[in-house]
Amino acid sequence: MPKDHGIGASTKRREDIRFLTGRGVYTDDMALHGQTAAVFVRSNVAHGRIKSIDTAKAAAMPGVLAIFTGEDFKDVGGNPAGWLINSRDGTPMREPKRPVLAHGKVRHVGDAYAAVIAETYSQARDAAEQLAEDSVIEELPAIVDMKAAVADASNRVHDEIPDNVCFDWGWIEDNRAAVDAAMKAAPHVVTLNLVNNRLIPNAMEPRASIGEYNPGTGDYKLTTTSQNPHLTRLLVAAFVLGIPENKLTVVAPDVGGGFGSKIYHYGEEALVLAAAKRLGRPVRWTAERSESFLTDAHGRDHVTKIELGCTKDGEILAIRTETLANVGAYLSNFSTATPTFLHGTLMSGPYKVPHVYVNVKTVFTNTAPVDAYRGAGRPEATYSLERVIDQMCRELGLDPFEVRRKNLLTPDQFPYQSPVGLLYDTGNYQATLDKAVQMADVAGFEKRAAESKARGKLRGMGLSTWIEACGIAPSNLVGILGSRVGLFDAATVRVNATGNISVMVGAHSHGQGHETVFAQIVAEKLGIPESSVDIVHGDTSKIPFGMGSYGSRSLAVCGTAMTKAVDKIIAKGKKIAAHMLEASEGDISFEDGKFSVAGTDKAKTFGEIAFSAYVPHNYPLETLEPGLEETAFYDPANFTYPAGAYICEVEVDEGTGKVDVVAFHCADDFGNVMNPMIVEGQVHGGVGQGIGQALMEFTTYDETGQLLTGSYMDYPMPRAEDVPFYNVDYSCQTPCTHNPLGVKGCGEAGAIGSPPAVVNAVIDALHRGGHTHVKHIDMPVSPSRVWSAING
Amino acid sequence: MHNFDFAKPSTIADAAKALAGDGAQALSGGQTLIPTMKQRLAAPTVLVSLTGIAEMQGVCTGDGGLHIGAATPHAVVAREARAHYPALAALAGGIGDPAVRSRGTIGGSVANNDPAACYPSAVLASGATVVTNKRRIAADDYFQGLFTTALEEGEFITSVVFPIPQKAAYVKFIQPASRFALTGVFVAKYADGIRVAVTGAGNDGVFRWSEAEAALSANFSASAISGLTVDASGMNTDLHGSAAYRANLVKVLTGRAVTAAG
Amino acid sequence: MTKVSMTVNGKAVSGEVEGRTLLSSFLREGLGLTGTHVGCDTSQCGACVVHVDGQPVKSCTVFAADVEGAAVKTIEGMANADGSLGVLQQSFQDHHGLQCGFCTPGMVMSAAALLAENPRPTEQDVRHYLDGNICRCTGYHNIVKSVMAASGQDVSALAAE
Repeated sequence: MPKDHGIGASTKRREDIRFLTGRGVYTDDMALHGQTAAVFVRSNVAHGRIKSIDTAKAAAMPGVLAIFTGEDFKDVGGNPAGWLINSRDGTPMREPKRPVLAHGKVRHVGDAYAAVIAETYSQARDAAEQLAEDSVIEELPAIVDMKAAVADASNRVHDEIPDNVCFDWGWIEDNRAAVDAAMKAAPHVVTLNLVNNRLIPNAMEPRASIGEYNPGTGDYKLTTTSQNPHLTRLLVAAFVLGIPENKLTVVAPDVGGGFGSKIYHYGEEALVLAAAKRLGRPVRWTAERSESFLTDAHGRDHVTKIELGCTKDGEILAIRTETLANVGAYLSNFSTATPTFLHGTLMSGPYKVPHVYVNVKTVFTNTAPVDAYRGAGRPEATYSLERVIDQMCRELGLDPFEVRRKNLLTPDQFPYQSPVGLLYDTGNYQATLDKAVQMADVAGFEKRAAESKARGKLRGMGLSTWIEACGIAPSNLVGILGSRVGLFDAATVRVNATGNISVMVGAHSHGQGHETVFAQIVAEKLGIPESSVDIVHGDTSKIPFGMGSYGSRSLAVCGTAMTKAVDKIIAKGKKIAAHMLEASEGDISFEDGKFSVAGTDKAKTFGEIAFSAYVPHNYPLETLEPGLEETAFYDPANFTYPAGAYICEVEVDEGTGKVDVVAFHCADDFGNVMNPMIVEGQVHGGVGQGIGQALMEFTTYDETGQLLTGSYMDYPMPRAEDVPFYNVDYSCQTPCTHNPLGVKGCGEAGAIGSPPAVVNAVIDALHRGGHTHVKHIDMPVSPSRVWSAING
Repeated sequence: MHNFDFAKPSTIADAAKALAGDGAQALSGGQTLIPTMKQRLAAPTVLVSLTGIAEMQGVCTGDGGLHIGAATPHAVVAREARAHYPALAALAGGIGDPAVRSRGTIGGSVANNDPAACYPSAVLASGATVVTNKRRIAADDYFQGLFTTALEEGEFITSVVFPIPQKAAYVKFIQPASRFALTGVFVAKYADGIRVAVTGAGNDGVFRWSEAEAALSANFSASAISGLTVDASGMNTDLHGSAAYRANLVKVLTGRAVTAAG
Repeated sequence: MTKVSMTVNGKAVSGEVEGRTLLSSFLREGLGLTGTHVGCDTSQCGACVVHVDGQPVKSCTVFAADVEGAAVKTIEGMANADGSLGVLQQSFQDHHGLQCGFCTPGMVMSAAALLAENPRPTEQDVRHYLDGNICRCTGYHNIVKSVMAASGQDVSALAAE
């Protein structure tokens, strides 16, 4: 029987009650006394010099309270990049200032250069329109295409950066010559040129921020759509506005999805705080969806050449990649880490590959900033690898299942030091591959293909075996690699006098279900009902510290901090119990919510110990403080390494080029699983986004830098009809060796493993249908692209 | 959006009066107009809702075929036209999504003449009559290019009358983002001939594919058009498909529509 | 400003609105019913779906003045009289049919309209009907499952067909 509570149970989510009854409270749901509305004036050209902004007319319009321009922020700090990356030659990356409001130049369509605060939204909007009319911006030639940006040094996104290159990174530079030699010596070399399509994250809740300021105390409060309230506080306080951290509270209430886009600090957050201070009234801003399209950090956008050297029977000898990665107009907070340490370090995948070298040039363009989006770097690495391996199989006439089996690391090879810098602690990649093969009934494929053919469709099957590095991240390691922050996490476990518990965690839940899962863990460890445990998150005034939720880190890092805090509670409880039971501490054991003396029937319940800590009438006050509250910080010793095997089956309609995903099988190894229902949901969501990337989603700027896919009329979002039911299994479990829960993280897996499985399936279908001239189709593998490939 | 005065007359005559004023604009289901107003691309000073006019509501059979009141929502057409003109009902039931079909109306769609809308293909393929507060307009005269129709200032559609065909089908291939027709083909077989109308594909809006009509009049089967080619030079190119791709879709979908019509 | 009256979740309400006031704004700002969400400006995402006289409607694409006298139902009106979750809401919780919760109100209102029209929908019926409701979290798997289960169908085998 599956468990019905605690660790490993599919406990229903407590947060669902408020969401299902309309009682969730998202940022835009808050109405504040005296509130005012902010509207941003955004550039409608991709690149331009701000000649003048005449605020007079707008300022005189009804309801207008204040107008801000870049001039107001020219003396405060910029929004910094979180990672310093050095180029191959050792020089540090080029790091232009990212101001609160554009000053001097606008650098992408949507770049805000002014803001209007008014009594109502409509008044602010009217005045913002007037202000746009009264602004003179001299349009400059837009830099959109990465290759052109690098080639033409005369046209610059940032005047001080001559070739539009942020850095030219080699990983690992010292291995380059050996990799080149291995490639040269390889009996066969496969080359693929790939585009990893630019995506727009599209969390369903648009970004929103409310600034408040109390002139009586000097306290600021920012309520905002953030995955990461403490980091936002740090950035706003220490880097941008210079507010003392202790005078700024950041609250991220219910947040409607993030997928990376809400990790980062954005200028709108600083603006509403500055405006609240100037006006002494709350200032609120909610993005319209069209603003989200223009200004949320986008994802992916790599152009890659990958070469794979191998033997004629498919043993991989060397891999070499060259990538241009778009960072857009400014460096978003994680933008320099995503194409480097979240990408290059994964380029040997789950395979034993002796020689790997990765080169990434990041390029400034007049487009929205690009940063981590679900998977972040790892989907790009996985896609490159899994596509080139399939191409190798095709060129050499080998079976894609057998080739992967031949190259996968075997369980006896762990811990495994990869040639690109990671130390895989544990895994069993054969097990997940076997499981996927069984789930997908690979043996029955030909029969299904014949049935499809009878219905006029081409059927194909695609495989992807993948690995990711999650549980981000060991601070000492990322510090060496250029991170400017630590990536630990923290939790406080507060046992109240009556024995129920509040747990303040640094992770932020914006759909993941932490309020339920974290409570399951605490309840199990303390032997108390889940309903006695509440999880508090998203408020810097309540929680000790936190680095937020992204990189599949919440459970592995923050969950571990929480577990360690619970351990401290138990340890203190034992001391109290020893005193109360007149036994020595070493004889006290804790089990099923009871502290008992070994070999006797003497025991105290957890509730009695808690009560005694707060009503210390009989309490060891001389050796122990009263109260029962513990905090733990945890910094992981290593990344975690979830891995898996995904098999996709598609049907292709040759007449229209339409691809339907008809089956999708996932065999994942997430280590131990805390709540199977939630894990399955995470995989479903990731695979849904991966299918979206593979078949539908794309971002197009025209040559003048206008975003052509700037609304749901042109940016294809997967709908219920576009995806199938997914077949998900997580029974292959090699628990993480370095965290106490043995967990690895499951949030990004689906988005990482699925795109190559889908594309491999389409190419397979086309080859089976006789269209053997089709070597590759770039994502999204849309109907028109498939039709053109078939008929090209 | 900019503010405006809202009027909701209950008769065609009152609506005509309200729409004669300066800056007045008709509002039907609003499923296209309201998003356009949000972008401040339309800014009427008076918005005249046509959804409160009883004589512009509903589906009935009568002289010349099936009469559909212009303010009848797609969902009602999908339900009430099913017994009389199943292909038309199916088209209505496939526009947008259920919430759009609750509000969006045939009159609004036909008046707007979006080049990717579904209804214009049915109106044209059926040789329907567009009835306005002033006159009756034959479908062949009504559609005049992208977002352009024979409607004059102050004129609005009150109903559309569809002759009922012997057989018909509409096949749509959706644009993956907007879910409008990337290309849609409506084929209708009448005693006096076949009409084939194409939406979404042409660079001048909905059009009749006369070569296919001729071929299908001789032999109403998908194979009858297999030898035809569609000239891509008249087709639209956008982010979601080239002219050549759309030309292919016109042919493929026409064949499928003929097969579906039976 | 004009006065508009309607019933919302069975209660008579009225308020002053401008011509341009959308039903979604009237519900959220006028009545404080913030369960109805606004996720886009092109009438695509469906987070704002409510029922007007029993029909699903995108409340961001209808003027408040245009539904004068109508009966409006929102997510806040979907629970049982005693406050417990209704059958469809309960099914969403039982089958993990939501994650971040932002699209959920519109999703539930659309699904309720489907079940009113078609009490035993197939998988394809559900997927087709929900075409105007975008969810970015769930990949739709558990949403479809929730709706089918709410209609009394056994969904236990769906995950692993």
